[in-house]
Amino acid sequence: MLTVHAYDVIVIGSGPAGLAAAVSAKKNGVNSVLVIDRDVEPGGILLQCVHSGFGLETFGEDLPGPSYAQRYILEAESQKINLLMDTMVLDITSDFVVTVSNETIGVQRLQAKAIVLAMGCRERSRAQIRIPGTRPAGVYTAGTAQRWVNVEGLMPGKNFVILGSGDIGMIMARRLSLEGARVNRVVEIMPYLNGLSRNYVQCLQDYDIPLFLNHTINKILGKKRVEAVEVVRVDQNRKVQPETAEIIPCDTLLLSVGLIPENELTRKIGVSMDPITGGAIVDNCFETSIPGIFVAGNVVHVYDLVDYVSQDGTTAGKYAASFIQCNWNSNRRKIPVIVEEPLRYVVPQKICPDTLRESAIRLLMRVSYPMEYPVQVSLFTDQKEILNKTYPYVRPGEMVSIQIPKSAYDLIMASQEVRLKVLRKE
Amino acid sequence: MDSYDVVIIGAGVVGCLTARFLSRYQLRILVIEKESDVGAGTSSANSALIHAGYDPLPGTLKAALNVRGNEMWDQLADELDFDFERCGDYVAAIGEDEFQQLQILKRQGEQNGVPGLKILSVDEIRKRIPNINPEVSGALFAPTAGICDTFAVTIAAAENAQMNGVMFRFDTCFESFLVEKHRIVGIRTDRGDIRCQWVINAAGLYADEVMHQAGSHPEFMIHPRRGEYCVFDPACFQIDTVLFPVPSEKGKGVLFFKTTHGNTIVGPTSEFVDCKEDKAVSVTGLRYLEEQMQRLIPGADLRWTIASFSGLRASGNAICTNSDVDYSGDFLIESDKTVKGLIHCAGIESPGLSASPAIAERICLLLEQSGFEMIEKPYWNPRRKRRPCFRHLTNEERNELIAQDPRYGRIVCRCEMVTEGEIAAEIHAPIPARTYDAIKRRTWCGTGRCQGGFDMIRVVEILTRELNLSSEKISKNGPGSEFIFSETKNQRSGQC
Ligand SMILES: Cc1cc2nc3c(=O)[nH]c(=O)nc-3n(C[C@H](O)[C@H](O)[C@H](O)COP(=O)(O)OP(=O)(O)OC[C@H]3O[C@@H](n4cnc5c(N)ncnc54)[C@H](O)[C@@H]3O)c2cc1C
Ligand SMILES: Cc1cc2nc3c(=O)[nH]c(=O)nc-3n(C[C@H](O)[C@H](O)[C@H](O)COP(=O)(O)OP(=O)(O)OC[C@H]3O[C@@H](n4cnc5c(N)ncnc54)[C@H](O)[C@@H]3O)c2cc1C
Repeated sequence: MLTVHAYDVIVIGSGPAGLAAAVSAKKNGVNSVLVIDRDVEPGGILLQCVHSGFGLETFGEDLPGPSYAQRYILEAESQKINLLMDTMVLDITSDFVVTVSNETIGVQRLQAKAIVLAMGCRERSRAQIRIPGTRPAGVYTAGTAQRWVNVEGLMPGKNFVILGSGDIGMIMARRLSLEGARVNRVVEIMPYLNGLSRNYVQCLQDYDIPLFLNHTINKILGKKRVEAVEVVRVDQNRKVQPETAEIIPCDTLLLSVGLIPENELTRKIGVSMDPITGGAIVDNCFETSIPGIFVAGNVVHVYDLVDYVSQDGTTAGKYAASFIQCNWNSNRRKIPVIVEEPLRYVVPQKICPDTLRESAIRLLMRVSYPMEYPVQVSLFTDQKEILNKTYPYVRPGEMVSIQIPKSAYDLIMASQEVRLKVLRKE
Repeated sequence: MDSYDVVIIGAGVVGCLTARFLSRYQLRILVIEKESDVGAGTSSANSALIHAGYDPLPGTLKAALNVRGNEMWDQLADELDFDFERCGDYVAAIGEDEFQQLQILKRQGEQNGVPGLKILSVDEIRKRIPNINPEVSGALFAPTAGICDTFAVTIAAAENAQMNGVMFRFDTCFESFLVEKHRIVGIRTDRGDIRCQWVINAAGLYADEVMHQAGSHPEFMIHPRRGEYCVFDPACFQIDTVLFPVPSEKGKGVLFFKTTHGNTIVGPTSEFVDCKEDKAVSVTGLRYLEEQMQRLIPGADLRWTIASFSGLRASGNAICTNSDVDYSGDFLIESDKTVKGLIHCAGIESPGLSASPAIAERICLLLEQSGFEMIEKPYWNPRRKRRPCFRHLTNEERNELIAQDPRYGRIVCRCEMVTEGEIAAEIHAPIPARTYDAIKRRTWCGTGRCQGGFDMIRVVEILTRELNLSSEKISKNGPGSEFIFSETKNQRSGQC
């Protein structure tokens, strides 16, 4: 028989978002908090990110991923948060029943009063970008290779080509070089870098690994194992120029071609989704269209810095606590946040003006294409610019952020929408 | 030297079903296969349709064996316990011109002995398939057509044969025949000689080369004809049937079909290639699919793809043995005319899967007719049971299973909900799954939206543990396709 266990808040995912949400819910007075993760150890993707570069904002220290995670794990433990590891969440209903499966308790149903979804994201695969050619061993996502190398201690190749200039790919280029493997090149179809500029400098330039912009892989060759890839140039419309084809021998092709928020469960519950971010539509409390279902971290949109993930997780946890403590009005007024080209999206998509009384609201955005000159990001309420921030440049690989201060409370309360624009700074 | 009564070359659907049908007799049987698993060739990369039989030209072996084979599937699926659904199929005429062809097809089918063929009106077909091209002018419906789990058919047949005493040898490639006085006495493989009285050539794409080793039919050639497919994400698009365009000289055309697994697939293309191993997916192929699929379902979009693959048809040039029929592309199934003790099945392209039980039946008959002594076993078990599949169980059943073996509680592939228990069971099954692809074909692990992104590492780990091998030995599909090259520096120096 299936028994039902009850918790106040159930958090799905033990990455930085989930841990921060759990700790924050507890600190805000929630009695029982359970974190569930399918992995054996808590920490999420950070466990395989052994490079440093985490926590500069939060701790003012440059930490490797596992150390950053460890701080939250220790805090979760000291807060007596229950961790249910090596456990897959199979299903969640809109009345907060979570069905899980693992080796020791089998398939069980858990009842919550509020839920925080923090399942992170997964990588786009070969099929999604439809690379033609054979289907040999040796085509892996960069994250799979990262886990093999950093967690399992196994080398999945000797001679690599990397498709896509995402951060994981660039970080792996350096890691593999340090392991004595050869990284032939990184190939990127767009005319600009997809990941952070600092990773380009530290992971590619410093190791003499060439980056080929405006290039893609047109074909994979090899019967049993990858033997080579065909690299071609593309024109401005991303059309392949066959006459530029070059065969590059290699035994492994790594794909770093984008991350997709892991939202199978979210969709099944019936939460409204944003087709651009691939995550739920949220307000600044990180509540979804279903009251009591909150989201945090990469499951909402792909972040580039973990510090923001933790901060937003903290916010989600805090409001999940308010939700079950009944000092919560699910019908509170929300106004839309609207972005204009070249901004591609903004999170949150809606804000609750009255929360400005307690704290400032941060808006995170991405642009569709790079602008390599000083720009001004401006926030308007009903035609009037109320604040702006200058950036020396904006790039799709680097998030743009702007904060609405508490002092804007009256202005925001009085308006029907908030609008964001990016303009060249004169 | 090993000695057998019958050696079957090739563990595709034809070889495995033949082994299974022959396993009811008191014979020592061996199946050899050059790949590391059963069904690694064409039998795993096709449309998985059990054709009704209206398509082949009347009078051909293809027509006769298709229709006979089709009748055999209910019993086969029941005994071997694999997914099979007689869902019927449709041939849709787009525009008035094509409507005529439905009548021709129907008449041809009736001549072949296909029961229940029916021409449906525009309204009827629109009702049954709402998103069909609005220019549809009618459709042919064949209620006896079906779909099956093509991986499971071959595996189930091989397992049942194994349970009844048939031996299997993988990673073993046929090279030549050992002949004495015009009679087969054995074969030479890359792993040594094997003595036997009879050889059955079920080598798929290579059946011509095997045949030529015996000196027969030098004029017979197999030209690989590639068919490419795209599998759609069920969240983006699903069709609950099998939908063909009207056939042309190029074959049955690009169709949409559902699989027993619930996915929808579009394909195949049709293109002759030079190499019998060229299972690449091409830019031109994808473009062709994109174009052709609009004819049946306007708006269908290749961006819905979660996987693409291709299979090679073993297209031969065998002249139909029925002299009234002018056709040179028939199945070639016969006892060898020059040496004794050899039976060929060659040119087994579509409808080869549909016909496969009838082909196996015919091979038994050819053996009997040659005077070979075939005595039935007193205890032959025609049944094989599938192992539990977590995905299809109720939560109560799942918990019973987990109570027996906790590994059924540990989910390895989240998209397809495959557990460690299922994977371990396949590794220790009668025909053991020893590679990643072998596990994929048996459990559907890694076939979902994330395409192995999460499970691959865990499956490699489970294979390493269960087979008691080092990680460097675990492969995608046999020697040469290993995943891992070595340990990392830290691991090697023991620091980690
Ligand atoms: C390779 C890489 C390098 C990075 N480098 C840096 C860097 O240098 N500096 C920096 O600041 N940031 C970096 N980041 C970004 C930052 O690490 C991530 O944004 C952050 O870890 C995301 O946290 P999360 O909690 O949202 O997701 P995750 O850490 O991915 O956690 C999600 C968790 O949910 C679990 N889960 C998912 N589905 C289920 C289910 N159905 N049942 C149970 N559990 C489930 C997963 O197993 C996982 O443990 C990097 C990210 C990556 C991927
Ligand atoms: C694109 C496509 C679509 C199709 N659709 C359908 C359909 O919908 N319905 C239908 O009925 N049919 C269909 N078919 C046809 C069907 O798939 C084949 O007829 C059937 O799978 C043939 O089985 P087989 O056992 O003869 O060949 P295979 O499955 O190719 O098996 C032959 C085996 O022999 C092995 N072998 C070869 N040489 C040697 C050697 N020297 N030593 C040892 N082993 C060797 C190979 O490795 C292989 O495993 C389709 C085929 C294709 C390509």
